[in-house]
Amino acid sequence: MTSDGGGAVKVVPVRHVGRWIAGAVMIVVVAMLVHTLLSKVPNGQTSCHTVNGLRTCHNVVNWRFSWNIVFHYFTTSEILHGLLLTVELTILAMIIGIVLGITIAVMRLSPNRLLSSTAWSYTWFFRGTPVYVQLLFWFNISAIYQSMSIGLPFLNVAFLHINTVALFTPFRAALIGLGLNEGAYMSEIARSGLIAVDEGQIEAASSLGMTRGQTLRLVVLPQAMRVIIPPTGNEVISMLKTTSLASAISVVEVLGAAQNIYAANYEVMPLLITASIWYLIITTVLSIGQFYLERHFARGAQRTPPPTPIARLRHDLKGIGSKFRTPRPAMTREVST
Amino acid sequence: MTTPMVEARAVCKHYAGVEVLKGVDLTVNRGEVTCLIGPSGSGKSTLLRCINHLEKHDAGELLVDGQLVGYEARDGKLYERSDKQICVERSRIGMVFQRFNLFQHLTVLDNVTIGQVKVKNVAPDAAATRARELLARVGLEAKEKNYPSQLSGGQQQRVAIARALAMEPKLMLFDEPTSALDPELVGEVLDVMKDLARSGMTMIVVTHEMGFAREVADTVYFLDRGIIEESGDPRQVLSAPSSERLKNFLSKVL
Ligand SMILES: Nc1ncnc2c1ncn2[C@@H]1O[C@H](COP(=O)(O)OP(=O)(O)OP(=O)(O)O)[C@@H](O)[C@H]1O
Ligand SMILES: [Mg+2]
Repeated sequence: MTSDGGGAVKVVPVRHVGRWIAGAVMIVVVAMLVHTLLSKVPNGQTSCHTVNGLRTCHNVVNWRFSWNIVFHYFTTSEILHGLLLTVELTILAMIIGIVLGITIAVMRLSPNRLLSSTAWSYTWFFRGTPVYVQLLFWFNISAIYQSMSIGLPFLNVAFLHINTVALFTPFRAALIGLGLNEGAYMSEIARSGLIAVDEGQIEAASSLGMTRGQTLRLVVLPQAMRVIIPPTGNEVISMLKTTSLASAISVVEVLGAAQNIYAANYEVMPLLITASIWYLIITTVLSIGQFYLERHFARGAQRTPPPTPIARLRHDLKGIGSKFRTPRPAMTREVST
Repeated sequence: MTTPMVEARAVCKHYAGVEVLKGVDLTVNRGEVTCLIGPSGSGKSTLLRCINHLEKHDAGELLVDGQLVGYEARDGKLYERSDKQICVERSRIGMVFQRFNLFQHLTVLDNVTIGQVKVKNVAPDAAATRARELLARVGLEAKEKNYPSQLSGGQQQRVAIARALAMEPKLMLFDEPTSALDPELVGEVLDVMKDLARSGMTMIVVTHEMGFAREVADTVYFLDRGIIEESGDPRQVLSAPSSERLKNFLSKVL
């Protein structure tokens, strides 16, 4: 059938057999997953009661995944306190990491060889050792430095004395360890962003009389952000989960809190699930934030910014609506002819 | 007799063994338009970059506005200028690039205000007022809220001219301002430049637009392999070239 007088072209759509099969397989897999997640199993106990003089007994069943326990602990103050600590650690360690990373990236690109090789060595060291080992190191640092002083080396000149044991609380040791480690990864991300900015932008800035600092701050960094933001979003999400290592140096973040609870009641699996669900929730929130941040820093780079998910949903719904509406005039026409 | 705006005497410049400028002599008087023509790789951009302190020349004397570029003569000695001083000097010289180099992350208006606010410490309101005047002058007052990527090449180059003018430069340098443009957009940029020339701006223009050079330039310099082969009145130089090289070059570009 061909188009009738300016109306929509009517065609028989191509059948995508492969897609249908793949879809069916996926539905079965998802159904299996839901089934096992919601399955109930006997917990080994029996419960008996007497009805009308007749005594009946049956096995007690529980959720296989103990959802009742999962959700019982979900909002207890211990878990929520841990969650707060997780979020705090993530945010603060990322702030340290980003500031340090940009500084190191700028140093790395400096024409001064001493600066650039210092920056290179930093990245080499902190990327080359496991973050878990670094955390243990900062946690135990008071073993080799009872106190620290800041001054000139070899000259016995000190400006500042610090009591190491008091300074390196578990939380601070975790924060320093995670932050310094993140700085090494962020410096590579920041460096790729700085390199991606066109040389001509720097020339234009200098020709206006901007200093090197102004050029970096006002022209290069804002444009580098477009390249830096997406991988930084991944770093934040990755950091959120890496903070769980802090539980190994007795920081009671969300995993630590879950561990403390299951150490007492032996409900290991439900509490691990409780912690996992919280990680998933925060990751989801962070991903949404990342989308809007990317959109903000992409301004000027694209002629039209990408639509927000809400705008896209609205558009899709309108599309579905129009699909249902369009055939109608064609049908009435067929009746009339 | 006032000092010339730019005076180059035997200026040399080399990069890693390659001699790019081999003793360039050039004088640009105040209020005059000087066109610099020459084949690719002859050192035209390098000369402009030296004048704007983006590069340091190695030998010879280069004076802008009566002052040595990059150095300061005091008590019979030459002192290297500090970065700060060089920035101040650059801010007084406008530069327009072949590839526009507008700040991609800023709107048209912000492109024109940023130098005023951050370098010259003009109040933001006053900077915006001046920016709007300049945008109107280049015919783009309606585009102030757009980002550079939303403009045509000709429009971007006109914004770039407005951005440079916002610094109230005493000298404007143009490095092939129309070479990256589609032919139908060249005219709008040249018109803005002609208007600027009529207003008495001192300009050095590297260009392949011989029509523009003939019409607007007070002096044309032909740079070839790092030396000035020929210079003088455009009608003279472009119509009756004396050197073989210039004849050859003109027969290719015209
Ligand atoms: N930073 C640099 N390092 C090494 N060589 C360079 C550098 N900049 C320019 N050159 C060389 O100097 C020579 C002159 O370059 P310049 O850009 O001044 O030429 P031009 O006359 O502007 O040419 P075009 O018309 O192609 O722009 C070229 O051979 C180029 O390869
Ligand atoms: Mg050039």
